[in-house]
Amino acid sequence: MRQSLNDSFLRRAVVRIPYAWLFAFFLLPFLIVLKISLSQTAVAQPPYVPVFDLAAGWHGLVAFVGKLSLGNYVLLGSDPLYVLSYLKSVEIAAFSTLILLLVGYPIAYAIARVPRRAQAVLILLVVLPFWTSLLIRIYAWMNILQREGLLNELLVAFAIVKEPAAWLSTDTAIYIGVVYSYLPFMVLPLYATLEKLDETLLEAAADLGCPRWKIFWLVTLPLSSSGMLAGVLLCFIPIVGEFVIPDLLGGSQSPMIGQTIWMEFFGNRDWPAASAVAVVLVCLLVSPIVIYQNQAIRAVERE
Amino acid sequence: MQIAGPKRDFAPWTDPGARPLLHIEAVTKRFAGAAVIDQLSLDIYDGEFFALLGPSGCGKTTLLRLIAGFERPSSGRILLDGVDLTSVPPHRRPVNMMFQSYALFPHLDVEANIAFGLKQEGLEHREIARRVADMLALVRLEGFGSRKPHELSGGQRQRVALARSLVKRPRVLLLDEPLAALDKKLRGETQFELMELQRRVGFTFVIVTHDQSEAMTVADRIAVMDRGRLMQVATPVEIYERPSSRWVADFIGDVNLFEGRLGDDGLSIEGTAAGRLRVAVKPEAASGAIVWVAVRPERVRITREPALPGLDNCVAATAVDVAYLGDLSVYKLRIRGGSEVKATLANTGGRLERAINLGDAVWLSWSPEAAIVLTR
Amino acid sequence: MRKFSAFNLAAIIVGMVFLYLPVVVLVIYSFNASRLVAVWGGWSTRWYAELLHDAPLLDAAFISIRLALTSATAATILGTLAALALVRFGRFRGRLLFAAMIYAPLVMPEVITGLSLLLLFVAVAVDRGFWTVAIAHTTLAMCFVTVVVQSRLVDFDASLEEAAMDLGASPLRTFLSVTLPLILPAIAAGWMLAFALSLDDLVIASFTTGPGATTLPIRIYSEVRLGVKPEMNAVCTIMVAVVGVAVIVASLMTKLTGARGAAA
Repeated sequence: MRQSLNDSFLRRAVVRIPYAWLFAFFLLPFLIVLKISLSQTAVAQPPYVPVFDLAAGWHGLVAFVGKLSLGNYVLLGSDPLYVLSYLKSVEIAAFSTLILLLVGYPIAYAIARVPRRAQAVLILLVVLPFWTSLLIRIYAWMNILQREGLLNELLVAFAIVKEPAAWLSTDTAIYIGVVYSYLPFMVLPLYATLEKLDETLLEAAADLGCPRWKIFWLVTLPLSSSGMLAGVLLCFIPIVGEFVIPDLLGGSQSPMIGQTIWMEFFGNRDWPAASAVAVVLVCLLVSPIVIYQNQAIRAVERE
Repeated sequence: MQIAGPKRDFAPWTDPGARPLLHIEAVTKRFAGAAVIDQLSLDIYDGEFFALLGPSGCGKTTLLRLIAGFERPSSGRILLDGVDLTSVPPHRRPVNMMFQSYALFPHLDVEANIAFGLKQEGLEHREIARRVADMLALVRLEGFGSRKPHELSGGQRQRVALARSLVKRPRVLLLDEPLAALDKKLRGETQFELMELQRRVGFTFVIVTHDQSEAMTVADRIAVMDRGRLMQVATPVEIYERPSSRWVADFIGDVNLFEGRLGDDGLSIEGTAAGRLRVAVKPEAASGAIVWVAVRPERVRITREPALPGLDNCVAATAVDVAYLGDLSVYKLRIRGGSEVKATLANTGGRLERAINLGDAVWLSWSPEAAIVLTR
Repeated sequence: MRKFSAFNLAAIIVGMVFLYLPVVVLVIYSFNASRLVAVWGGWSTRWYAELLHDAPLLDAAFISIRLALTSATAATILGTLAALALVRFGRFRGRLLFAAMIYAPLVMPEVITGLSLLLLFVAVAVDRGFWTVAIAHTTLAMCFVTVVVQSRLVDFDASLEEAAMDLGASPLRTFLSVTLPLILPAIAAGWMLAFALSLDDLVIASFTTGPGATTLPIRIYSEVRLGVKPEMNAVCTIMVAVVGVAVIVASLMTKLTGARGAAA
């Protein structure tokens, strides 16, 4: 093991400062969400009871714990709205991730085969949209998908449909928006893995008698599995909790879970319920998140 | 393979009163439980050109890094001029290292690279500029001062790396496979340049290499290492002519080994694959003990008739492989019993006898002085 | 065998068209003289002119820029420290938790991070406004900066740092004279990424903002959720143009400096 930075104090500071920040502003808030999910809503500031009061002492603490309840979770289980919302979110996330994989892989593969110098430019072009606001890009699709929008104009012009269809406020619009927004997240990790692929392995496979498609199926695909896993996780997990896309492009009949949380929070002002929904969502996503973390950590350690 | 003769009139290790500059005392280094360096003790003297030689994984680079301070020993200590270095961090040791990859700072030009170490010492500008200019002249890179590393050839980068370490006038200069990245011809020339340089500046050089001929060429003394232990520490001549074990004999150059029992008179070895063998020097072993006779291929004579039939150190053989290498030819010959003997003959051009071809039946012989007896 | 087939070419072209068409359409329509999308009324810059009179929008833009500058800088410092710790410090106690905390926000849905931060601020009774959004953006952005800087550090030749120390530079000097100059492009890229993240963010800002700290995305969202608005087309076009130019300039700059530092 190397000893690069020997100076103890500096070394400890380098770790402790970001550590402390993340602990306070990422980890701690989760605990608070958990606590709030066990509270009840109230017309007060803050809009929940019980409120944790350090000054109340031990009795206060006992009383506090006594007032916590699993009422919100019971509500989640009993009201089909929530269950449907979770299912919807997972369904959309799963299918759109699949579409992203099918759409993104050929693009990443093609870019990896282009001469080196052009690769940088193409990747830049793929990533560039990512730099513009998601909001703007989704709004751009609103422009196109609305009743008087470009898509309907083209379809009518080419006589594919007789009259303009309603594209907005449909699941289809959500899928289009999701695939559009998350494409860079799928293409980049795939490209990173495919670009590192050792050409001589493909040549060896050909030499041993494999036709082009077999080389892809038996050699390229398995070797790009880590890139696929990264891309899948990078897309699936955030898509489950998406808000902007379903809100602007989708309908209100079956909201995704991100919309549900937003509605509970801003619409009903029911902070405890929103917290409970969030807690369950995090629990649902814990496994893929942990897999993603392990993958990422192992990728660094491999160096 | 060439061996350097007695190098110079310089052998402080033979002086019992001399104090070593670098004293490595029972150092052990463990990585994940496995001992990469095992209870290693070594003394290196001021002004020596010392080589650490061994196969990859033997721990030679780890030992170098322990001296430089990038690793800490699991046990034991390292003393430089009597001072225990264990708690001294690398940037405070009077030791400098030349890295295998040269590690030149890509964002600084040649002058700034060389001046880097001097800047850390807090010397004033003019002094730094003077020393850098002197050093550029020493390594013959005048005029290259404002070039960047990526604008230099491999050999030039190597000299900048050397200059950068030397300019700080370290007590010990450590070189980690400094010539590995150079092509054969350049390597040969640079080896002699390095020796020259070391003579002129007088610092102690410790070089790590896996290339035997390099170690034999440049070093005053060589430490041969295997799996974290020292196998032998001696001058190149001693290591080649008087290896301390079969392992060392086999590692340095080629050798033919014949296993047998030491006879009563201490000068004959019975029961070897080549019959009864005679040596000139009595080994330290009991009569009847199992010993090995080592004969270097260049000491094996090949003749068409036995030199004197029935004599010792003479055996019939068949040539099974002939390799022509330009300056010499290497023969592999099979003797009765199946074992192979290697012999090399210089192609002097003067034809004493017909050339030896595959399948020829010949006689091999060597003088008793040419053989060494190894007891382990 | 790096053959580039027609299928590959088609994939790239279709992909690029898909990615850029909506934005291109948006830009074109921002110059549409007619209010109705269906009707093309000729080229006009009236919507851009109207923007200049939209005071709340300009305020929001100003706040967003200040916010992005603040959080990007803070995130870059924190993220670089975290990257150093992850790559150079080997196995220290709590490393696993540390790494987990770095990678989790990258995938965590924004509604969750936004909600949790808001609840934190309420629990410690802090007034929400500019600074709470800044803290929230810093927290999210620093993880992205870490990933960018870390990948550069991993490629970085560690023997350069050892060489510097061997020549007498203390660990701090080594970092300042050798490491920092050579990872600067990655740090700059991280800063830009953090800036863009903050400028673009809607969800987290909505949760953590307070009175007087309405950001541009929040403003745009409240306008567009009811439908397409031509002035919004203009705003979006400007933002796209600014970001596009910045990214292209930045990547050209890294290409120029990259050649020099490529050996590292």
